[in-house]
Amino acid sequence: MKHKISVNINGKQCEGEVEGRELLVNFLREHQSLTGTHIGCDTSSCGACTIHLNGAATKSCTVLAVQADGAEVTTIEGMATNGELHPLQAGFKEEHGLQCGFCTPGMIMTAADLLKNNPNPSEHEIREALEGNICRCTGYHNIVRSIQHAAKNMNGVTA
Amino acid sequence: MTNYIGKSVKRVEDKRFITGQGKYTDDIKIPGMVHAYILRSPYAHAHVKSIDTAEASKVPGVISIITGADIPEAIAGVPCGWQVDFKNGDTMKEPPHPLLVRKTVRHVGDGVVLVVAESKAIAKDAADMIDVDYDVLDAVADPKAAAQSGAPLVHPDAPGNLCFDWELGNPKEEVAAALAGAHHVTELDFVNQRVIPNAMETRGVVAQYDTAYDKYTIYTSTQNPHLIRLLMCAFVLGIPEHKVRVVGPDVGGGFGSKIFHYTEEALLVWASKHLNLPIKWSSDRSEAFLTDAHGRDHASNAKMGFDKDGNIVALQATTYANLGAYLSTFAPAVPTYLHGTLMQGLYTTPKVNVDVKGVFTHTNAVDAYRGAGRPEATYLLERLLDLGALEMDMDPTELRRKNFIPAFDGVEQEGYQTQVALQYDSGNYEPVLDRALEMVGYENFRKEQAAAASSNKILGIGFSTYIEACGIAPSAVVGALGARAGLFESAQVRVQPTGKVSVYTGSHSHGQGHETTFAQIVADRMGIPLDDVEIIHGDSDSVAFGMGTYGSRSLAVGGSAIVKSIDKVLEKGAKVAAHLLESSVDDLDYADGKWTVKGTDKSVSFGDVSLTAYVPHNYPEGLEPGLDFSSFYDPANFTYPFGAHVAIVEIDKETGAVKLKRFIAVDDVGNVINPMIVDGQIHGGLAQGIGQAMYEGALFDDTGQLINGSYMDYCMPRADALPSFEIDRTVTPCPHNPLGVKGAGEAGCIGSTPAVVNAVVDALWKAGYKVKDVPMPMTPERVWTAMQG
Repeated sequence: MKHKISVNINGKQCEGEVEGRELLVNFLREHQSLTGTHIGCDTSSCGACTIHLNGAATKSCTVLAVQADGAEVTTIEGMATNGELHPLQAGFKEEHGLQCGFCTPGMIMTAADLLKNNPNPSEHEIREALEGNICRCTGYHNIVRSIQHAAKNMNGVTA
Repeated sequence: MTNYIGKSVKRVEDKRFITGQGKYTDDIKIPGMVHAYILRSPYAHAHVKSIDTAEASKVPGVISIITGADIPEAIAGVPCGWQVDFKNGDTMKEPPHPLLVRKTVRHVGDGVVLVVAESKAIAKDAADMIDVDYDVLDAVADPKAAAQSGAPLVHPDAPGNLCFDWELGNPKEEVAAALAGAHHVTELDFVNQRVIPNAMETRGVVAQYDTAYDKYTIYTSTQNPHLIRLLMCAFVLGIPEHKVRVVGPDVGGGFGSKIFHYTEEALLVWASKHLNLPIKWSSDRSEAFLTDAHGRDHASNAKMGFDKDGNIVALQATTYANLGAYLSTFAPAVPTYLHGTLMQGLYTTPKVNVDVKGVFTHTNAVDAYRGAGRPEATYLLERLLDLGALEMDMDPTELRRKNFIPAFDGVEQEGYQTQVALQYDSGNYEPVLDRALEMVGYENFRKEQAAAASSNKILGIGFSTYIEACGIAPSAVVGALGARAGLFESAQVRVQPTGKVSVYTGSHSHGQGHETTFAQIVADRMGIPLDDVEIIHGDSDSVAFGMGTYGSRSLAVGGSAIVKSIDKVLEKGAKVAAHLLESSVDDLDYADGKWTVKGTDKSVSFGDVSLTAYVPHNYPEGLEPGLDFSSFYDPANFTYPFGAHVAIVEIDKETGAVKLKRFIAVDDVGNVINPMIVDGQIHGGLAQGIGQAMYEGALFDDTGQLINGSYMDYCMPRADALPSFEIDRTVTPCPHNPLGVKGAGEAGCIGSTPAVVNAVVDALWKAGYKVKDVPMPMTPERVWTAMQG
């Protein structure tokens, strides 16, 4: 049986029919073709699918699509505004915070949540905040620098 | 003049990744595409008695259910790309690796049934309803156990589960005699445990057959599109190579695990024509744990002999290397020619013998993983050196200095001929150690360590001075060593009529930043803006040929091929310029994107020459139009990066918990094109090498089940598990390639692992625990147990 859902994604109201068992990440990728949100595991461990659900960083593989009915979702595709990169996107480029790019959307979404709640995090706080996101390329060294870079540029203004 | 080379140019490729526009295999959709799921064996060793698909085929949305019996007999399976022989000259045992098993499953995850359906969910539902009746047999997962008599056989025609029994170096008797006469022999049994590469993007394949053109297109998450095409067409499916397009789109990391030609690629291609439908398969993570080729998995004994002054007199290394159930593409080369050949290290050891048995087990394949054989060799050597220093009460850095090969540049001084086949290109080993010690503050550290020795938090320092062989590889050399392919690289530099440049490289990029680094080389050498250059890779229909990306070869081999093509473009361009300037080629200088008549201000720009080459109205007689050159570069030798890595750890004596306090790495990768990218490669390698030392390791039970096959169970370093790294470089250019580069992709992973273990052993030893080894990964429980004696 299919369920009709309506989700505000990146400022746009999106309708769809999903199975009860379908995950939000599947709705984003398969129904909405928002493939910037990635699937890196099947145990909600890697964080590659992290999005913002009603403003909070959430692993979109831990949420059923029907649970997102009526919700507001932001994905990596919605982070830049009017062609202007989000300071975190700019920070990742500036500080070489990505290599293969697969974990990057999830990292940026997690980091945006961190900076919203803690605009000037210490290195230790950044590393703790990234605990739910795995990167296999960078050794996290430059991801930390990227987030510090963004925090500095955002100058304490929340994400 | 250099505008780009040597500068940390920000990456061209980043924009699509930071905005969510990367296109990985699972992001690809083709109209009418259907989905595949592979039902896999839950047993490590069993006979398949029957397969009942009746109920599954009734599931709405199921399109086809295919078993091994449905695949034509002529399709025997995927091949191995490297042949290693027995000591007596016999050819290695090379059992077939079928696309789906027909009778016997040989590891958990062996493919049994392909289910094709309208969605992946439906295919999985149907697979759940398939009833496979197995006759379960005994299994063996450990390489040493598998080589014992009476062990369950993986393949009936490989007695003793031996694939090969190989040795390299000086005669064993000579090494034994030198060890017998040594003042001191350090001996250790090692396990270099199996680790799982875990690229964050799992593997995936989309295959399509086009009846109109009788042509296949396959998107696959690979480091190696052309080699996949060659192997699949010529050795698996027998389909014409020119009728197959293989694309490696954006690939989410590889670390070796995506070099190889996997069964799923050939299976999907075959099924796409069989069903006349585009099909996608994307691996689940738990499936990736069971089917991606793993790394390492050596059980070794090694002996290093020293004279009374600490000079190394001999090394004997004996290894059982786990190959898994089937031979993956490069598997036999990894524990032999990429491992045994590195046993000279940075040292003048006069007698070296390496003995390796390649062993089949009921586990999935083991093949190249970041470093591939070189980390295992480095681990063995560097552990023996630090342990030898502890046993002889010498300083580990002084012991190394005594034994370092003296500096040689490969130009004025010849390359260094090792006892194990290779000739090093250039090296200068003391400065990397000097710099690392300076960064550590070595004297101070030893004082701090002594002060902490009686406290609850003890300190240790561990060293690793490594060498590796990169820039893989001179074709004739590797051919003599058993490679079944050449290991050159190709590049095409196509100048467009407007002077913009498209570069087609056979080196695939999946995180290494080729689109930036290669463009820096082209822009600099041609004197044009970086924005005027585009690097194209990963598509067999646009790139002439490629041997792929692995073995830190892209820049040294692929970059050198690009340089060759640039030279040809500029050589022809000079002829056009000379004509336009009514001068001779010899009278022209080329700089900053223009040819100038020496001693005058008469010049013509690269753009004007390009246009003239394509609009040849006023053109040199006899010269072909166009400005477009291809080159193939076959390296003269491997390249030999080296470095010094230092780990500083703190151990909680009450719990055995190890904290990595600092990690210092000084690497020499030859000339550097983009320091930011090289630093990033080092960081990532360090994380994986440290991961092996402290966190990672595949665990199999007695029945061959992988018991930590998910991210809930397999521990990889996360951000809070690592320190910021302290890194620096020295530069010893490679003398035999035009860029002077050596390769940086694997260095971090090769050098770091033994440094961390050495630091733990040092901490324990200096605090009074005479512990020679702590097995990796060094969990608190293992460290604590070691401390209890």
